[in-house]
Amino acid sequence: MSEKNKKRSSEKVNNTPIDSRREFLKRFGLVGAAGAMGTAAIYTGYKFEKKKGKDEYVTVLTDDNKLVKVPKDQVQEVKLDKKALQTRGRIGLERRRFVMVIDLAKCQNARKCISSCQEAHQLRPHEYHINTLKMQDTPNTAPYYMPKPCQHCDNPPCVSVCPVDATFKRQDGIVLIDNQRCIGCRFCMAACPYSARMFHWQEPMLTDEINKKSLQYEELLNKGEGNTSLAQQLKQEITYDVERNTPQKKGTISKCLFSADKLRVGQLPSCVSACPNGVFYFGDENEDAVTNGTSKETVKLSALLKENAGYRLMEELGTKPRIYYLPPKNRLFDLPESESTSQNIHV
Amino acid sequence: MSKHIHSFNPNDPKVAKIADDVLRPVGFNSRFHAWMGFLSIILVACLYAYYIQLKEGLIVTGLRDYVSWGMYIANFVFFVATSLVGMLVTAVLGLIGYEWQKPIARIAELIAVAFAAIAGLVIVMDMGRPERLANVFIHGRVQSPILWDVTVVTTYLVISLLLYLLPLIPDLAISKGRLKNPPQWMYKLYDVFSFNWTHHPEQFNILFKAVRILMILVIPTAFAIHTVTSWLFAVTPRSGWDSTILGPYFLSGAFVAGSAALIIAMFFFRNSYKLKDYIRLSHFDKMGKLLNLTALVYFYFNINEYLVPAYKMKTADAIHLNELFTGHYAALFWTAQILGLIIPMILLLLPKMRKPLPITIIAVFVLLGSWFKRYVIVIPTMAHPYLPQQEVPVEWIVYKPTLIESAVTLGALVLAVMIISVLAKLFPVIPIWEVAEQKEEESK
Ligand code: SF4
Ligand code: SF4
Repeated sequence: MSEKNKKRSSEKVNNTPIDSRREFLKRFGLVGAAGAMGTAAIYTGYKFEKKKGKDEYVTVLTDDNKLVKVPKDQVQEVKLDKKALQTRGRIGLERRRFVMVIDLAKCQNARKCISSCQEAHQLRPHEYHINTLKMQDTPNTAPYYMPKPCQHCDNPPCVSVCPVDATFKRQDGIVLIDNQRCIGCRFCMAACPYSARMFHWQEPMLTDEINKKSLQYEELLNKGEGNTSLAQQLKQEITYDVERNTPQKKGTISKCLFSADKLRVGQLPSCVSACPNGVFYFGDENEDAVTNGTSKETVKLSALLKENAGYRLMEELGTKPRIYYLPPKNRLFDLPESESTSQNIHV
Repeated sequence: MSKHIHSFNPNDPKVAKIADDVLRPVGFNSRFHAWMGFLSIILVACLYAYYIQLKEGLIVTGLRDYVSWGMYIANFVFFVATSLVGMLVTAVLGLIGYEWQKPIARIAELIAVAFAAIAGLVIVMDMGRPERLANVFIHGRVQSPILWDVTVVTTYLVISLLLYLLPLIPDLAISKGRLKNPPQWMYKLYDVFSFNWTHHPEQFNILFKAVRILMILVIPTAFAIHTVTSWLFAVTPRSGWDSTILGPYFLSGAFVAGSAALIIAMFFFRNSYKLKDYIRLSHFDKMGKLLNLTALVYFYFNINEYLVPAYKMKTADAIHLNELFTGHYAALFWTAQILGLIIPMILLLLPKMRKPLPITIIAVFVLLGSWFKRYVIVIPTMAHPYLPQQEVPVEWIVYKPTLIESAVTLGALVLAVMIISVLAKLFPVIPIWEVAEQKEEESK
């Protein structure tokens, strides 16, 4: 929908007499109305504001900051089951363009980004969403460390080749995977020039634990205790959340997700906040602002890139990454030992 | 295919003689049962290997995050490649107007059907979640070359099957009364699949038209199936695959592999089915020339594919080519190129080498070379991504196919051989009426 149309349609809704709006909502239901207003993201926990004396209507704050009135009996709380999570996970956050900046001058290979990521996404120590590589571009230039997550390409070869739309690009720039749909053909791995993807060759680390929890949850359900906080917690842990890609699944792909689940609730990605050395900046291109995960300082994205000669990896491939690197100049630490690691390990 | 059959008499003694010769090996004798028993034992072992893979995951293969496509995908390419011989022999030679290949055309179609059918299975064996295969139809996205591949492989299989079955109709009508003590079901099968054929000229007319249309259709389909298969690689930005000539390169290689497979099959049927009068020396001679021609074209594409990047030695290409020419994959690469392509090309220039036994031995080398060539097309490229491979166990970097993986791969081959064996015992492998007609014309 063009900006103009969007405006027009939202005006229309705002000006419609309440009765006809009620008709409208009756016909299409809450989600339909939300779609018409261009806020398909109504799934995302909306807030209710009850007006005293006017019980019949509630005011709902949509994701794009519009207040709309909805007849009370039409309101259904959207249950965040797997389906709902998948649906909202595919849509992404409106009007955001997430971007990451990695300052190579600061990276000392602390590997905290890696471990926090692996914990959040239930991965083994050699299963990487993000890996820090020791790089040396030419024999005469100094080596440096380079954290390498998925580049969330704007022209992602992995997404083009996926036969079932199991890996997809969202409007906020994030490339996600749906492991409930992935057929495990690994075409995306072949297509990704950054080796950013991993595959679950075996049962993921927590499979047994998750299975146990499922049993436990079922038991609670059978006992009629499905609403206890324990049961709810179990349910959350065993329900597949596409924005975290957990529980992980054997025979499917996983990769960096920019912690889409955390972004939804306004937090920084795991790696960004875990880094002790201030390597990562994360933010929104639309706002031209990125926040450093360590110092929590927010800076202007364009200025940061300009002043530090930011660049993207393998620009020549046309993948248009959403990750910028700042060159490893004026390093604040000892150089890693020089060795020729810029290419492949020869065994 | 001649269009001038005015009368065809299935009881003509000449036809009867051909029919008797060709039908002698038909039927499931004890030797066949022993052969199938042998194949089945191997197949059961291979299926068990696949069962382990299903249970444990692809961890039981040598595949890991860097080399994530390996032997299975190489085998898939090989199967698709080999199946193209059906189109080459039946359609290309047929439409040009050649007649000599008619007695061996059905064998070529047999190979096409068996290998195309199993190619689909090989891909499923490679999938991490084979039970979700239906997703390809439910959620299929047209921009993925896998979708194109599924579509064209299926189309090719259907057309090849028709090209196998349609010319069989008159043969089944001729044969149905001549089978010696056929089991009831076999007689029924012949009866049903001969579709009330009466050898009426009008029926022949329709058959010719139908086959001709199929021959025209199968050419673009076959080109598409292998070109699309090459695009599975060529659409990725990896060195070694990122090539604009990968389509014709694959296609020309396919004809080499397919011709070799056909020669081996011809040799086998000629000897064990005692068909020396039908699969003649001249067929081997001509197939030898055809193989040499296809090899020459393939050689030409090889030069383009390797020499041009080797001249420039761009960083990533240089790593790839060094690995192939002098590195880890050099032995395989040079064996495939020299023993599987160059030496056969030279030998086949000599008429002596185009006799059944020598040419079959050469064909075995060519076929094996083709398989290993697919292996060095797929694996080295995966083993050398752009960014360094670090902080993973060594076995995650160096690809070594496991026993289980090899067994599953072998299983695919066994299945293909089984399909060919059964069909070759069920129906005559030499087209009776076409050969009769050919003889008729020769004697005129
Ligand atoms: S880095 Fe690789 S996995 Fe990530 S979006 Fe780009 S191509 Fe896809
Ligand atoms: S492995 Fe999964 S995500 Fe990757 S291309 Fe295949 S179906 Fe898509």
